[in-house]
Amino acid sequence: MLKPVYEYTKGMLRVDTNFCPGCTHGISHRLITETLEEMGKLGEAIGCGPIGCAVLAHKFMNVDMCECAHGRAPAVASGIKRVHQNNLVFTYQGDGDLASIGTAEIIHAAARGEHITTFFVNNAIYGMTGGQMAPTTLVGQKSTTSQAGRDIAQAGFPIKVSELIATLDGAVYVERVALNTPGNVNKAKKAVRRAFEVQEKKLGFSFVEFVSTCPTNWGVSPIAAMDFLKEKMLPYYPLGVFKSPEGGDA
Amino acid sequence: MSTKVLMKGNEAFAEAAIRGGCRYYFGYPITPQNEIPEYMSRVLPQRGGHFIQAESEICAINMAYGAGAAGGRVFITSSSPGIALMQEGMSFLCSAEVPTVILTVSRCGPGIGGIQPGQADYFQATRGGGNGDYKVPVFAPSSVQEGADLVFEAMELADKYQNPILIFTDGLLGQMMEPVALPDPVPEVKSTDIRKHKPWALTGYGADDSKRNTVISLRLQPETLEKHVQKLFTKYDEIEKTLTRVETVDVEDAEVVIVAFGTVARIAKEAIEMLAEQGIKAGLIRPISLWPFPYAAFDKITSKTKVVISAELSMGQMIQDVQLGVKNRFPVELLSRTGGMIPTSLEIAERTKKILQEKGGN
Repeated sequence: MLKPVYEYTKGMLRVDTNFCPGCTHGISHRLITETLEEMGKLGEAIGCGPIGCAVLAHKFMNVDMCECAHGRAPAVASGIKRVHQNNLVFTYQGDGDLASIGTAEIIHAAARGEHITTFFVNNAIYGMTGGQMAPTTLVGQKSTTSQAGRDIAQAGFPIKVSELIATLDGAVYVERVALNTPGNVNKAKKAVRRAFEVQEKKLGFSFVEFVSTCPTNWGVSPIAAMDFLKEKMLPYYPLGVFKSPEGGDA
Repeated sequence: MSTKVLMKGNEAFAEAAIRGGCRYYFGYPITPQNEIPEYMSRVLPQRGGHFIQAESEICAINMAYGAGAAGGRVFITSSSPGIALMQEGMSFLCSAEVPTVILTVSRCGPGIGGIQPGQADYFQATRGGGNGDYKVPVFAPSSVQEGADLVFEAMELADKYQNPILIFTDGLLGQMMEPVALPDPVPEVKSTDIRKHKPWALTGYGADDSKRNTVISLRLQPETLEKHVQKLFTKYDEIEKTLTRVETVDVEDAEVVIVAFGTVARIAKEAIEMLAEQGIKAGLIRPISLWPFPYAAFDKITSKTKVVISAELSMGQMIQDVQLGVKNRFPVELLSRTGGMIPTSLEIAERTKKILQEKGGN
């Protein structure tokens, strides 16, 4: 007897996404919404989208959702959560949105211990605006505003956001995962689930960083992008649990 | 309506917001509005509400966007430079049609300027500094009572029009104590009942995903965006018809008509009495709504009038609307103090007399 081993999730609407071939946004979208479906929480979730490639997340994720001004999603989510304290409220933000223009909002939402979950897509570049240097662009990495490669004398250092958030007492669950292999994708899904459970139990702020790819703006093939992620990004952005309610870490 | 109590303006505005149904307040310290976040931090949690001290005015207005999009009644306050930081948020609130009541306790600028009362944010309030085609109704009270009444009513109006409403006060109104009769509280709406009242709100759709809601302001297709902006302007046309408010005093018989709002209007009223004692007939047009501006009130000015004076705590901003209202029928002169200087009633009376002598053809 035939039995399905892989199906669409009700968490994703049946429309084409706007993402480029080889981009991992589709994976992180699915991990979040599939987890919500498995938790039976799609109808209770409220999402806050970013400015950037994922600005249209509300067209793909089958949850109540809003767009937010650039970087402001954690403030918006904090406001929503005050009104609906029993709903699962999350933000989905890229590196320019969260780690540059929205630095104040993410730090203070974490410091307040907001009962929200932030999903942070770190692909080390500005995607939608066409490949400019991001706060997480690696030293030496080329972008349209660091054409000879990021020079620390001129542009300073990339920010390790998970490590930074983990220093804040209000953040109770912080994990960095990667979307480059099936094994890592499975681990990422577990992190999404734990983050939502932390919120459900009202333990504090939860944060999952997805180390992601941007083949289009990196100027490489999808396969080469996965190699870049593994060889260049993971040494600077190590995977692991930086903070958990149990106190254990990676 | 309760009996009258003596209250500081800022505290009366805060209490009026709570009575108008506000359960969500997000604030950032800035003088001269600090009594409002202080009052809200103390009182709002006792009334079943939520207070957050935001890390900036930018954060505060985005928290307001979230709570408003989630269907809550939201009140935020700031003062001039803080309102400048909120301008992006106002554009977003208008585009996404999220109700919020915003109050400014205006001070003087430009830059950090000073903390004394000013009206040099007339353009900021009525023209806005956010991007794109949008409008925010602006009401300018001239007493603590009127301010409390307008805040209370604005909570309802913001929901009705799904638009932010701005209350324009200044440091004088915020800091002074006056007797005020506060309105009776409106019935509470539970979070679980929000969808019944606001079917568009983000609440989680429950079991039926055909009821999924989104709150957005990105419209990449020009045809779609043009239609959306035209829809907003149909709403603004309706607001112009229904929310234009003005008080006029003795305009029909006046030799000189003073136009003033807020703090200056109450000083001008005293000046008009002084002028009457000297046999000079002066009238007053007091715009209560700054947008929509009460242009039609200027049609009441008769040929007995020789000059119209725009009295402002700025170098002349409202005067542009006054000129639009006057339509070149009379000379329009500016009576200005700025930098936090406030004219006395005697000064307004003397300067009005002088303008009348010089420009009035007497």
